[in-house]
Amino acid sequence: MMISMEHYLIVSSIMFFVGIYGFIARKNLLAVLISIELILNSVEINFSVFNRYLYPEHMEGLFFSLFGIAISAAETAVAIAIIINVYRLANNIDVRHIDKMKH
Amino acid sequence: MGYTVYIILVPMLMFLFIGLGSKWLRPRAAGLCGTLGMAVAAVLSYLAAYRYFFGVGLQGGVYRALTVWSAQWLRFGERLHIDMGVLLDPISVMMLVVITTVSLMVHIYSFGYMKGERGFQRYYAFLSLFSFSMLGLVVATDIFQMYIFWELVGASSYLLIGFYYTKPAAIAASKKAFIVTRFADLGFLIGILILSYYTGTFDFGLLTADHASLAVTSMAGGSFLGLSAATWAMTLLFMGAAGKSAMFPLHIWLPDAMEGPTPVSALIHAATMVVAGVYLVARMFPLYLFAAPRVLTLITYVGTFTALFAAVIAIAQTDIKRVLAFSTISQIAYMMVALGVSGMGGHAGEGYTASMFHLFTHAFFKALLFLGAGAVIHAVHSNEMEAMGGLRRYLPVTHAAFLVACLSIAGVPPFSGFFSKDEILSAAFGHDKFVFAVLLLVAGLTAFYMFRLYFRIFWGTDRTYETKPHEAPVSMLVPLVFLALLSCVTGWLPFSRLVSSDGVPYALGIDWRIAAGGVLVSLTGIAVATRFYMRERGVAARVAAKWAGFWRAAYHRFYIDEAWRFVTEKIIFRYVSTPVAWFDRHAIDGDLDALGTGTQRLSRAVRGAQSGRVQTYAAVFVWAVLVIMICVLIF
Repeated sequence: MMISMEHYLIVSSIMFFVGIYGFIARKNLLAVLISIELILNSVEINFSVFNRYLYPEHMEGLFFSLFGIAISAAETAVAIAIIINVYRLANNIDVRHIDKMKH
Repeated sequence: MGYTVYIILVPMLMFLFIGLGSKWLRPRAAGLCGTLGMAVAAVLSYLAAYRYFFGVGLQGGVYRALTVWSAQWLRFGERLHIDMGVLLDPISVMMLVVITTVSLMVHIYSFGYMKGERGFQRYYAFLSLFSFSMLGLVVATDIFQMYIFWELVGASSYLLIGFYYTKPAAIAASKKAFIVTRFADLGFLIGILILSYYTGTFDFGLLTADHASLAVTSMAGGSFLGLSAATWAMTLLFMGAAGKSAMFPLHIWLPDAMEGPTPVSALIHAATMVVAGVYLVARMFPLYLFAAPRVLTLITYVGTFTALFAAVIAIAQTDIKRVLAFSTISQIAYMMVALGVSGMGGHAGEGYTASMFHLFTHAFFKALLFLGAGAVIHAVHSNEMEAMGGLRRYLPVTHAAFLVACLSIAGVPPFSGFFSKDEILSAAFGHDKFVFAVLLLVAGLTAFYMFRLYFRIFWGTDRTYETKPHEAPVSMLVPLVFLALLSCVTGWLPFSRLVSSDGVPYALGIDWRIAAGGVLVSLTGIAVATRFYMRERGVAARVAAKWAGFWRAAYHRFYIDEAWRFVTEKIIFRYVSTPVAWFDRHAIDGDLDALGTGTQRLSRAVRGAQSGRVQTYAAVFVWAVLVIMICVLIF
């Protein structure tokens, strides 16, 4: 069986919605962060796949996903730092308790 | 002549330097800085005066107005723009010399007088600020620049009257001075607006050129309440001038302004700032004469009345600085009258020359009187005549200087006041006999109250002084002696060859018939004062008892302050301000408050949606995207 574009897209869609679900449903900040990573990765898969199958003579999609990886790495570093600080402040990284910004 | 701009800039820089550095500058250093700055300005002024009068000023037999430095500040249109600049013409150069000289003397004098006062640095900073503002006022190239500096002198006068800010009387006096002059300046501003609306320019040169033809032609059409636009504009300008120059009925602030330190009274409330009104009228003189002659008549009569009124009050005052304050009001009114009776060109413009001449001589002898009074107050620690007597033995130098000033203001030859007063009397004689008669009477009264003051301070019996009165320190005596010398010699200046209404020098001799009359009246005044006050024989008290009602009214300044208080508090505050304040507080503020509280209530209702939980937001977002997608797919 040939692996077609649709197969890739199904995998990335599953990853995307798993990520969305995790972002909404998980209460642990770290889990939320991992969910965001899932969403980002699914998008990057899409970039590569569309590039590979639809415009094989171009490279932009691949570059985009490379940039995406770099940015998500940086974002993760910042997010982890924030989470550590939140933990120091509140002794707790449950999203439900972190609503100070509202006030 | 571009260096004249430094005459104005140096005091400003000194103000900034002393004002900003007052924390770490020692008092002596601050005083020295201010004095040095003023000395530089004075030297530059003398240089400018010499170069102007004996060089660049006289072109083709006429003293020209030179704009030696100018920068556009605010532009409204082709001709209507506000400039900042330096205008040199005979009167502005004369004023530069007067201001820098008196200011320098006051700077030196203050070393002794203000020694050990708290806020010595602040005092010198304010003196520099005042000098800067006043110099900027006199060299203004357009009426708006003059207005800006006019307000600045008002502000620095306010600061200096309220220098002793822990004293309630000083605070009240400074507020009174500020509010009264500010009220008058409102008229000034409206006058400027009317004038520039019709003529389309602020520039003095354009406004006064060719017998003020621009104003005459452009303002011919407008009229309001039966008076022409020009009459309105010039009357309102005169209102500003009357406020600054303490003309009746806006004179009430000046006697109270004596709460400030005495050198300040000498500088601001005798020699320089209070003559700004006279200077304004002189500056706009062609407009008054050709565009609004009726206002000039008004000026004459307001001046005549003020001169008499203030002289009468001065007789009954017991605070020596108040006597001098009322004498200042009276003498400034003299200058106003001289402008009022003046014409244009040559001998017709004698009044103009006389007014500026009297301004010039008066500045020196009145500053001298105030500084002398300061030396007396310094010695006996009181302003009241009751606490003084027989001081000529303790203060010989002050006594001599004070006597020179008294003779000068009384108009006794050969002291300076005689020459200028004679010119004013002669100008009034040629114009209006009634005005002349009143001025002659005022001259007699002036001589009388000045010598009343002189005898009560320096003659009579000794009081019991707590500490023996001592002569003032050298720093105070130097200005006294210098100003006394000036009071002796300035009268001999051929003033009509330097300052005239149209810039053309002319010869003006002394009219001996009028001079003789004036001197006779003055000597009579002095003789009566000598009879009454030289020895305490109770003559004065008996005369005062005979006229008790009149005496008391004069002592209370004819209840003008009370009249103003009645008008403002009982009528304006109660029937106008209170309802307006209520409307403002309840109707206008109420509406806006309702808007504010309404918004607040609304926000409190909506606030529940903002839980602060990120995940709820994300869920709402995702569901919304799904719903929108479904909608898009279906439709």
